[in-house]
Amino acid sequence: MGQTIVEKILSKASHGKAEAGDIVVADVDYIMAHDGTAPLAIEAFRDFGAKKVWNKKRVILFIDHDAPSDSEELSTLHQLMRSFAKEQGIKLYDVGEGVCHQLMPEQGYVRPGYVIGGADSHTCTYGALGAFSTGLGSSDVAAIFLSGKLWFRVPETMKFVLEGSLPRMVAPKDIILYLIGKTGADGATYKSVEFAGSVIKEMAVDGRLTICNMAVEMGAKNGITATDEETFKFLGSKRKGEDYVSDDDAIFACVNEIDVSKLEPQVACPNMVDNVKPVSEIGNVEIDQAVLGSCTNGRLSDLEIAARMIEGKKVAEGVRFLVIPASETVYLEALSEGFIETLVKAGATVCNPGCGPCCGLHQGILSSGEIAISTTNRNFVGRMGSRDSKIYLASPATVTASALTGAITDPRGV
Amino acid sequence: MVERLVSRNLHFFGDNISTDLIIPGKYKFKTTDAKELAKHALEGADPDFSKKAKEGDVVVGGENFGCGSSREQAPLALVGLGIKAVVAKSFARIFYRNALNLGLPVIENGQAVEDLKPGDKLEIDLKKGSIKNVRMNKTYPIKPMPAFLLDMLEADGLVAYYKLNGRLPWQKASQK
Repeated sequence: MGQTIVEKILSKASHGKAEAGDIVVADVDYIMAHDGTAPLAIEAFRDFGAKKVWNKKRVILFIDHDAPSDSEELSTLHQLMRSFAKEQGIKLYDVGEGVCHQLMPEQGYVRPGYVIGGADSHTCTYGALGAFSTGLGSSDVAAIFLSGKLWFRVPETMKFVLEGSLPRMVAPKDIILYLIGKTGADGATYKSVEFAGSVIKEMAVDGRLTICNMAVEMGAKNGITATDEETFKFLGSKRKGEDYVSDDDAIFACVNEIDVSKLEPQVACPNMVDNVKPVSEIGNVEIDQAVLGSCTNGRLSDLEIAARMIEGKKVAEGVRFLVIPASETVYLEALSEGFIETLVKAGATVCNPGCGPCCGLHQGILSSGEIAISTTNRNFVGRMGSRDSKIYLASPATVTASALTGAITDPRGV
Repeated sequence: MVERLVSRNLHFFGDNISTDLIIPGKYKFKTTDAKELAKHALEGADPDFSKKAKEGDVVVGGENFGCGSSREQAPLALVGLGIKAVVAKSFARIFYRNALNLGLPVIENGQAVEDLKPGDKLEIDLKKGSIKNVRMNKTYPIKPMPAFLLDMLEADGLVAYYKLNGRLPWQKASQK
């Protein structure tokens, strides 16, 4: 009987045959945590009475969620992380270097077939390079710090086969928002979600990262795409028997075929990510803030779309357009391409690489009654500030179009 | 954790209670202390919850309880408040794992949640794998969980288990 990609990866990592439903103890290739989760993981590690992490080269820490620190209390937690990293000889990416989920693939920690754990729910992003990666809490992360292994229930796989050709101004973000709307916020709970079909095959890794990033928003344990030429182009390496593809006779929980040829730009409306509508059905919604960035959509290709749309124009009066490159590398490339200059001249505010206002900590917290449109991945009550603010989620093109007009706008008309 | 417990008060919440509602992001970046976090537990869904809830209470949720971020501060805030279990129609997977790791029983049974009314008492017996609505004298099964997880719950969570046994719950005694 054939295996899904995830069954293959977990078989290798657990040195046996892993089938959906089995509980396995798997070797973990990399484990990462950030300033919202590492402090608890470090405390749990110390509570174990442990002295040294199992492999200092396999643990990565990031200060990205609220960086630079905006409070004395948080500065204490940042210092705890820095001193732990120094004491253990662990690599720590500090203030301004970028978002964990951008840096992990960008800096070469993600390879096809790897098992990667992260103390962040959007760790599922790395499936875009054929890795099994999933979000964990701090205690599980501490257990990996200690032993390099963790137990997993091998998930069933839901497969989406995407066919047709994506219309102009319709982006990978629109595909994943559409799929979340159809599946529901808990439609894939405990499951793996594989994205396949000609649309994925023709998509650059940037877009695949956006799609896999949001798999958790339908409750999934991980998102994944098969490896191919694009994967290895991104990795800058030759294929070395590293292909991970589901077998033709693998068993899937379900296979959904979707034609994207008539897909419109999509918007997730308050206050759930699965409350998704085509932009044409949104009506007149005036905005106070537009956000371009995050682990979902803060890459060079996202900034390029915004810069090309906004060139020679001005952000609408009364709208704050915040642009947050996902990493220092993205920032520097966007500078040399002229995208940053274009955005700033149009009236955008560029913040340092990091998570920005996504989780309501700094750099654009919403007041009561305010409305934002954002390329980030969550719109829960209170996520970006006040419980009485509202967040709409959309693609970089829709967010940029809305920043230009001051209301949620179909990018195809701009 | 005690093997068998009877709830004090029940607190009802709806579907899709996200970790942003259980502990808003701004607090998790201030402290790792359970008692401090407890002051803001479920604040996003009910601003007075931490004042109402008492040691021994049980939280009742709808579908997809604990969806969203991986923050272990969410179940930790509930533990800090003395919440003894969460019973819901369904759980988001990271919250579910995190709660077990902290020794907080998370029990999935849609019918039990449908039947519960304010003022009801729940008897929870994890060893037997059942919960009972005392008013209705009705018993509901709990989805069986692997023995190593039950052992971990019994020991009061992952760290406590490790301290007691010198190994992780899923490591065989021989391969320490």
